[in-house]
Amino acid sequence: MLEVKDLSMRFGGLLAVDQVSLDVKEHEIVAIIGPNGAGKTTVFNCMSGFYKPTGGKIVFEGQEIQGKPDYKISRLGLVRTFQHVRLFSKMTVVENLLVAQHRHLNTNLLSGILNTPNYREKERKSLDRAAYWLDRVGLTDMANREAGNLAYGQQRRLEIARCMVTEPKLLMLDEPAAGLNPAETKELNQLIISLKEDYNVSVVLIEHDMSLVMDISDRINVINQGRPLASGTPDEIRRNDDVIKAYLGEA
Amino acid sequence: MAAQNFKHALFSAVVTLIISYPILGFNLVSEGISVQLEGADTFTLVGVFAAAVVVFLFQLFRDTIMGGLGKLPALNPMANRPPMPQRKRLKVESVLLTLMLIGALFWPFIASRGAVDLATLVLIYIMLALGLNVVVGLAGLLDLGYVAFYAVGAYSFALLSQYFGISFWFALPIGALLAALFGLVLGFPVLRLRGDYLAIVTLGFGEIIRILLNNMTNLTGGPNGIGGIPDPTLFGMEFGRRVKEEGNTSFHETFGIAYAGEHKVIFLYLIALVLAVITALVIRRLMRMPVGRAWEALREDEIAAKSLGLSRTAVKLSAFTIGAFFAGFAGTVFASKQGFISPESFVFLESAIILAIVVLGGMGSQMGVILAAIAVTILPELAREFSEYRMLIFGAAMVLMMVWRPQGLLPMRRIHIELKPQG
Repeated sequence: MLEVKDLSMRFGGLLAVDQVSLDVKEHEIVAIIGPNGAGKTTVFNCMSGFYKPTGGKIVFEGQEIQGKPDYKISRLGLVRTFQHVRLFSKMTVVENLLVAQHRHLNTNLLSGILNTPNYREKERKSLDRAAYWLDRVGLTDMANREAGNLAYGQQRRLEIARCMVTEPKLLMLDEPAAGLNPAETKELNQLIISLKEDYNVSVVLIEHDMSLVMDISDRINVINQGRPLASGTPDEIRRNDDVIKAYLGEA
Repeated sequence: MAAQNFKHALFSAVVTLIISYPILGFNLVSEGISVQLEGADTFTLVGVFAAAVVVFLFQLFRDTIMGGLGKLPALNPMANRPPMPQRKRLKVESVLLTLMLIGALFWPFIASRGAVDLATLVLIYIMLALGLNVVVGLAGLLDLGYVAFYAVGAYSFALLSQYFGISFWFALPIGALLAALFGLVLGFPVLRLRGDYLAIVTLGFGEIIRILLNNMTNLTGGPNGIGGIPDPTLFGMEFGRRVKEEGNTSFHETFGIAYAGEHKVIFLYLIALVLAVITALVIRRLMRMPVGRAWEALREDEIAAKSLGLSRTAVKLSAFTIGAFFAGFAGTVFASKQGFISPESFVFLESAIILAIVVLGGMGSQMGVILAAIAVTILPELAREFSEYRMLIFGAAMVLMMVWRPQGLLPMRRIHIELKPQG
């Protein structure tokens, strides 16, 4: 469903991403790993439209999306999270989820101001969806707290919930386990698998936590210094000499 | 630490002297055709030195004094009470609001003419501040040229009535829509800017509009302004002693009461009241709608908002447009109240005062903004005798507010949303 072909991104004299290709099929979890500064997040930023790639193609469901503005890409169903949590911290947890559903609530101003039955029906539906996802990530009790006051692990989960209420087709997670303790990482593990199994969402994730990556990924792409190093199933990656040398470390 | 404090205090005192002595310590006295420089009288000089000493002492013991100030709110007996439960608070608030509204409806029939006139001005400022609250408080776009939209509203009514004889009631929506259009058009070039840069550019726009009005003498009369703006009519009834326009009747004759100048003032007040209430209700509704939440999301984190599919262009422009719309409303009422407008009414100071109202009241909080609008408009009138020191007092009040309550009089409270339990 997503195909990245020979993606290159140049910042002045620095070639941050050089000819990276990867593909994601439906119902699949694909991981991107690599040492710090390898260009993983840059690849993400190109895919989500934050950067305009200097070369290559990104095709999502048969449509070329490279260079499209970020908000249009996310409307196609390609939604991402961030390495550092980016919540609307002064707004409450529910409001964070409601903001994300503005597209489902696409009514004109007048019907909202007059509070027409049609508008109320839509508002109720999006509240229900928010309630459902809050329950799913275990944040129901926090619904009316300011998002900035949540614990870090909760903020991570809220960010994923906020992506999920937009009903994405492909979810891009940038280091979702960063800063989580082992128990929280395990929960996250199950959550991501359930996103794939129960909600039929494909997932691309960047992650350093090898236990997470090896457990849940269907395929792994390794990037080193902006260049693709290897790709394959977790088992293949574990045995690949180049990867061991560059990243996993020799034991 | 102490030595550093002392040094700092000494420095501050010297700066005070350097600044105030040349300004207050010398007088220019004209003798015939020549101008002579003279020292001021002893009293002023003593005053200048006393001020320097006060600054020195304050800076020297600043930590102690500010620490003491910080403890002051504890004197407030209400401070440590636990907040009321959600439902009870909502009930108390709605009862209070209803009482205030009823009071505001009947009040002009008891109060003096001058007081009603002032109250109309307060209502105009409430409309302005509520509109700016959308742009600054909710969307987080610092707009220093807001008065431009106020001017557009006022001038569109004045010009329409002068050239086409259009009445208040037709001009009201036209003025508001024109202001909104200006908001939209001025919004485009500043889409990419934020923070200080946005403030500077909007400040420029405000000045451009004022200078245009000042210089397009053929159309706007330039600095002479436009006079003879008609009063609003009530179903074709005029409030003047004699009917000006054919086909209209006069209010006092229709109802068979004696003519009184107050009728017009009260009528204008009631119009402003209705419009202010409409403004507050509409914006309150918008805040609870996807648009309102999108404004706040953009203020909180632009990148995250875009990653969720919010278009920065649409959200920012809608904030500018809606804010400008209500300024246009206020401008039309202002033109009708004054009967005469000139570019002098739309200087930067107005923008600054409206912004001060929003900040004082608490960014994003409607009740706070309304309270602050009342305070900021009425207090200077009460302190007429000190009119020379008005801006000084105003500034001091702002500084004190920022020390005590940086979040504003009544900071914005999040809307509580009840969720259905998941079965």
